[in-house]
Amino acid sequence: MNPAVLIASLYVFVLAAFLGYQVISRVPPLLHTPLMSATNAISGISLIGSLVIAGAHYTRLSTILGFIAVTTATINVVGGFGITDRMLKMFQQRQAEKKAVSK
Amino acid sequence: MTPATYFIEATYLLASVLFVLGLKAMSHPESARRGMFYAEAGMLAAIIGTLMHHEIVSYEWIIAGLVIGSVVGALMAIWVPMTAMPQRTALSHAFGAMAAALVGIAEYSIHGAGLGTFTLGALGFEVMLGSLTTTGSLIAAGKLQGVVRGTPIQFKGQQIFNLLLFSGTLASFIYLLLHPANAAAFYLMVGLATLFGVMLVIPIGSADMPVVMSLLNSYAGLAAAATGFVLSNSVLIIAGTLDGFSGLILSILMCKAMNRSITNVLFGGFGAVHAAGAEASGTMREISLDDAAVQLAYANRVIFVPGYGLATAQAQHAVRELAAQLEARGVTVKYGIHPVAGRMPGHMNVLLAEANVPYSELYEMEQINPEFPSTDVAVVIGANDVVNPDARDNPQSPIAGMPILEVDRAKSVIVLKRGQGRGFSGLENPLFFKPVTSMLYGDAKASLSQLTQAIQHAA
Repeated sequence: MNPAVLIASLYVFVLAAFLGYQVISRVPPLLHTPLMSATNAISGISLIGSLVIAGAHYTRLSTILGFIAVTTATINVVGGFGITDRMLKMFQQRQAEKKAVSK
Repeated sequence: MTPATYFIEATYLLASVLFVLGLKAMSHPESARRGMFYAEAGMLAAIIGTLMHHEIVSYEWIIAGLVIGSVVGALMAIWVPMTAMPQRTALSHAFGAMAAALVGIAEYSIHGAGLGTFTLGALGFEVMLGSLTTTGSLIAAGKLQGVVRGTPIQFKGQQIFNLLLFSGTLASFIYLLLHPANAAAFYLMVGLATLFGVMLVIPIGSADMPVVMSLLNSYAGLAAAATGFVLSNSVLIIAGTLDGFSGLILSILMCKAMNRSITNVLFGGFGAVHAAGAEASGTMREISLDDAAVQLAYANRVIFVPGYGLATAQAQHAVRELAAQLEARGVTVKYGIHPVAGRMPGHMNVLLAEANVPYSELYEMEQINPEFPSTDVAVVIGANDVVNPDARDNPQSPIAGMPILEVDRAKSVIVLKRGQGRGFSGLENPLFFKPVTSMLYGDAKASLSQLTQAIQHAA
């Protein structure tokens, strides 16, 4: 990595941090648990790093490590999004039912 | 750049935009689910893009990992009960952090000293954060599940040991930066960070888990962001940073809700030794089930204040049935939720939503506190410290300054409690001795169902 790339990466990091602060501050405490499992699933993006390692066959060790990383990151992504959806569905449905009842 | 590279970069840009839009939609329960579809689409795009990467020569290990991971992940998503959500999330932090750590270790094993100082620096952060989050989250999950003892595990010289461990980790990192080819320093760093993760979490009590969960959430995200620095990959940096800051914001909120600093949570070992709190005096007034039922049935406004005891008693549905019964009689029912009512941020809201409580009845602490003086009955279910008036009135109390739900301002208070024991912090709660308070002993679930029946018969 040359310094120019590092500096570009730092810009991305700092701007993402500000953006993250703005976006996350607006999430109501009601949804903090789904928020945590959603951001957790999104951070499963490290999957894309492990995909390359698992498929590139540099060394036997790196392939095995890559394979394990692909597996755990996929658990994170699939499990995280799955359970977030299950929770958000509960919040959504109940409200719809309540509206239906009160009408 | 080849056409494939342009395609890959385009999918990453798309993914970054979709992740941000997805989290933005989280600002309201009605749009949140749609937002997650955006985020899922973004993830899918990034994965498809990555599969075009020119370094990938074969797909068998990739497919195996994706299939096994998807099956395990899907099973977890379907089968995990909502009460076990904190454990599952902690486990998930461990998996995410482990992936980041393993990628870092693999990168070092491939390129070694060829990485250059900047990349090696980022890689060091990735591997250190990844390793300590992996073991820390596993211990947290174990504590929440009850596999590891939930009370703080402490020993003499623990803080000095931890400090040495932390310095040792950093020292091996710095040595590695000066001698990039020294693999021993690298693996020593990994080993020490792994051990540090364990040591960091074992002295923390179960009641402090909301803070620990949020912090580990933050570390897992930052580990992913560090991976982005190593691979010069912006979508990794963006997604990791969003996760990292989300965790950080939640940690700060949780600390505020307990009026404690992060250092105090991490190194205080709260729940093990108790500073002398003022002994509350007086007598606790017990109330019979029938009297409690009458009081509730003829109230105008009732506020339920659930604590983690509600979840351990599996009484979420019972409280909802009681509320429905009361609402049918024209009683206005609301729920007051303290930020640390569960074992992770927002946990209590999820548990009540699962029991069909509409979210419009769930109120945050700041919203509900002004309403207590005009409330006829406040029903405290399995909550203790979050309704302890000592936090507000007694500056000597160990929990002084912690924001509480001011149930003692209601016209009357009914406390559902298993027995006469103390709360998690082991503090005496003067609320129980106040003239407005009456105690209803017994299992919360049974008491609530009996109350529902009693009110039904009264009508």
